[in-house]
Amino acid sequence: MSTATETIEQLATREYKYGFVTDVEADTIPKGLNEDVVRLISKKKEEPEWMLEWRLKAFRLWLTMKEPTWQNVKYEPINYQDIVYYSAPKKKKVLNSLDEVDPEVRATFDKLGIPLDEQKLLAGVAVDAVFDSVSVATTFRAKLAEKGIIFMSFSEAVREHPELVKKYLGSVVPYSDNFFAALNSAVFSDGSFVYIPKGVRCPMELSTYFRINAKDTGQFERTLIIAEEGSYVSYLEGCTAPMRDENQLHAAVVELVAHDDATIKYSTIQNWYPGDKNGKGGIYNFVTKRGLCAGRGSKITWTQVETGSAITWKYPGCILQGDNSIGEFYSVATTNNWQQADTGTKMIHLGKNTRSTIVSKGISAGHGQNTYRGLVRVGKNAKNARNYSQCDSLLIGDKCGAHTFPYLEIRNTSARVEHEASTSKIGEDQIFYCRQRGITTEDAVNMIVSGFCKEVFRELPMEFAVEAQKLLSVSLEGSVG
Amino acid sequence: MLDIKNLQVRAEDKQILNGIDLHVNAGEVHAIMGPNGSGKSTLARVIAGHPEYQVVDGQVQFEGRDLLEMDPDERARQGVFMAFQYPVEIAGVQNQYFLKAALNAKRKHLGQPELDAMEFLQLIKEKARLLDIDQAMLSRAVNEGFSGGEKKRNEIFQMALLEPKLALLDETDSGLDIDALKVVANGVNSLRSPARATIVVTHYQRLLDYIIPDFVHVLSAGRIVKSGGKELAFELEKKGYGWLETGAEPVGA
Repeated sequence: MSTATETIEQLATREYKYGFVTDVEADTIPKGLNEDVVRLISKKKEEPEWMLEWRLKAFRLWLTMKEPTWQNVKYEPINYQDIVYYSAPKKKKVLNSLDEVDPEVRATFDKLGIPLDEQKLLAGVAVDAVFDSVSVATTFRAKLAEKGIIFMSFSEAVREHPELVKKYLGSVVPYSDNFFAALNSAVFSDGSFVYIPKGVRCPMELSTYFRINAKDTGQFERTLIIAEEGSYVSYLEGCTAPMRDENQLHAAVVELVAHDDATIKYSTIQNWYPGDKNGKGGIYNFVTKRGLCAGRGSKITWTQVETGSAITWKYPGCILQGDNSIGEFYSVATTNNWQQADTGTKMIHLGKNTRSTIVSKGISAGHGQNTYRGLVRVGKNAKNARNYSQCDSLLIGDKCGAHTFPYLEIRNTSARVEHEASTSKIGEDQIFYCRQRGITTEDAVNMIVSGFCKEVFRELPMEFAVEAQKLLSVSLEGSVG
Repeated sequence: MLDIKNLQVRAEDKQILNGIDLHVNAGEVHAIMGPNGSGKSTLARVIAGHPEYQVVDGQVQFEGRDLLEMDPDERARQGVFMAFQYPVEIAGVQNQYFLKAALNAKRKHLGQPELDAMEFLQLIKEKARLLDIDQAMLSRAVNEGFSGGEKKRNEIFQMALLEPKLALLDETDSGLDIDALKVVANGVNSLRSPARATIVVTHYQRLLDYIIPDFVHVLSAGRIVKSGGKELAFELEKKGYGWLETGAEPVGA
């Protein structure tokens, strides 16, 4: 056994610093899923009849669907009757201001570094805080409303802007899309809603912070972002959960719609509890995210830094329907210990002169398994479509794996599609070189990894790029002794 | 400064060094020569702490301290520097960022304040001028896409910046044309000082036309078979290694 392997063997325990539980009085429904549960969730959210109907249609379809098995991950079958589908911190009355947020819940977000106090927040970032099944606070709403921007919880949007929700809900990810999207459509409890009116450049970063707290509870949230003609918005989501021995399911749906010349930048820093170093516990992150570049010259950029979750299964994609529209996907996915990730993107070129860029960086350490799966489809009317894909894998140690499955479906001869892939290993030589210059092993690994991820990090909003880098070094902590 | 006694080293299952004794004082330049496979690169790499090798016996003292007890990064911070025969590429990490991390690790260790970005830029500009280094090289990724000559020059540049007490040059001349060789030699010579010791590992005599050693040692089959002054290098150039290797047999017997 080489010395590099030996050093890597000395895996230190990795600290997950968001693993605490908040003791809060919750309104939790019993475990299990049937039509009554769907009705109950809808009732608790005081939803109109059309919303319930939509949920029920999704639920009935879901009953007939099979859980997908094609992904390159392994897990014990999920018992869908053993999950709590709704849990919310109890509140006395409707919240009128941020001051009325339950102090325990507020303290939780403080502890996570997301103060719900507008004065304390990062200047220029508005936050929607989702705790288990409900949104507990949305900051800067009034300020954004002055520009006609709607930023609120999904439940509120259903009540206050039913015409917009009705028009766009399921328009990009129909409830029939896949097993988990159907499940989400039936039982989703909250999420964020964003509407940017024509010609408005959103003056601050919008962000949603998702926190799973309650035991045995699944989180099923939906995010819907609509950018009207010529508008711009940058949105970021972050996620954490307590450390528990049981796996918890997070099945979200995100839909983006960009009209003519509109730009949506959607960034994710995913740090769900990954399970312990023996692979016990952790979140199953089964998510459907898709953006529709509906208008001419529209642009959607997905940037994701996926460091958490026991299993990640997601393919944020773009449907490039408008002529000259642009789709981009920048991803860093790390798997350490026993984490598994099967992630990538789908770029569907329908309009003329559409362009897409895919940059995927997979980092595997410990026994982690990392799969890139990407589809580039060029339709027969998509003249002069262009795609550039780059998939790089970095291996730390010799028990982890990296896999790449690029799918190309080209139906127009004018298309230009490029795919580059590389796999490298943080070698003993690289680490020795750094150490010979006085740099410690830990610093050397961090330096090599952040160099590897540079092209993705620079796509993140500045406020979060530093955070992402720190997170990455924590998540790989102990991967090299 | 450096005191090596009876150093015996293995890599995997092969014994490479069979008892090396070497004493190097501050201010001296020692050349280690020898045919391929004689163990001369191994010697440099063991001093630097390469994890591939196991020391089976012997001692290495550096400034009176047991060098073999120290991790490679600690050795570096104590002032041991090795210019690599094959400098390693690190994609995406800017050369000057790497250099700053290295320099500040050392400064921190020595209890000196770390340099901020401005101070550091000032310093590397000066050093780059001194060694005739193209500044564009500093903003490229560490050794990535560098030509052989650029890589070696970068090594010497790092050496100038880190100002080691003991500099090890591991076949720095291999693969260099004569112009690059001169640049590298000039760099090394400009760093010669009474406080610094240098060990030059080389296969060919030609580097020693430019870096004049105080002592020359010839390695064969993991032993120093002959030591002498700079004239020994010329003798080797004329006669080759053969006469020493055959002569070495009885020594080992």
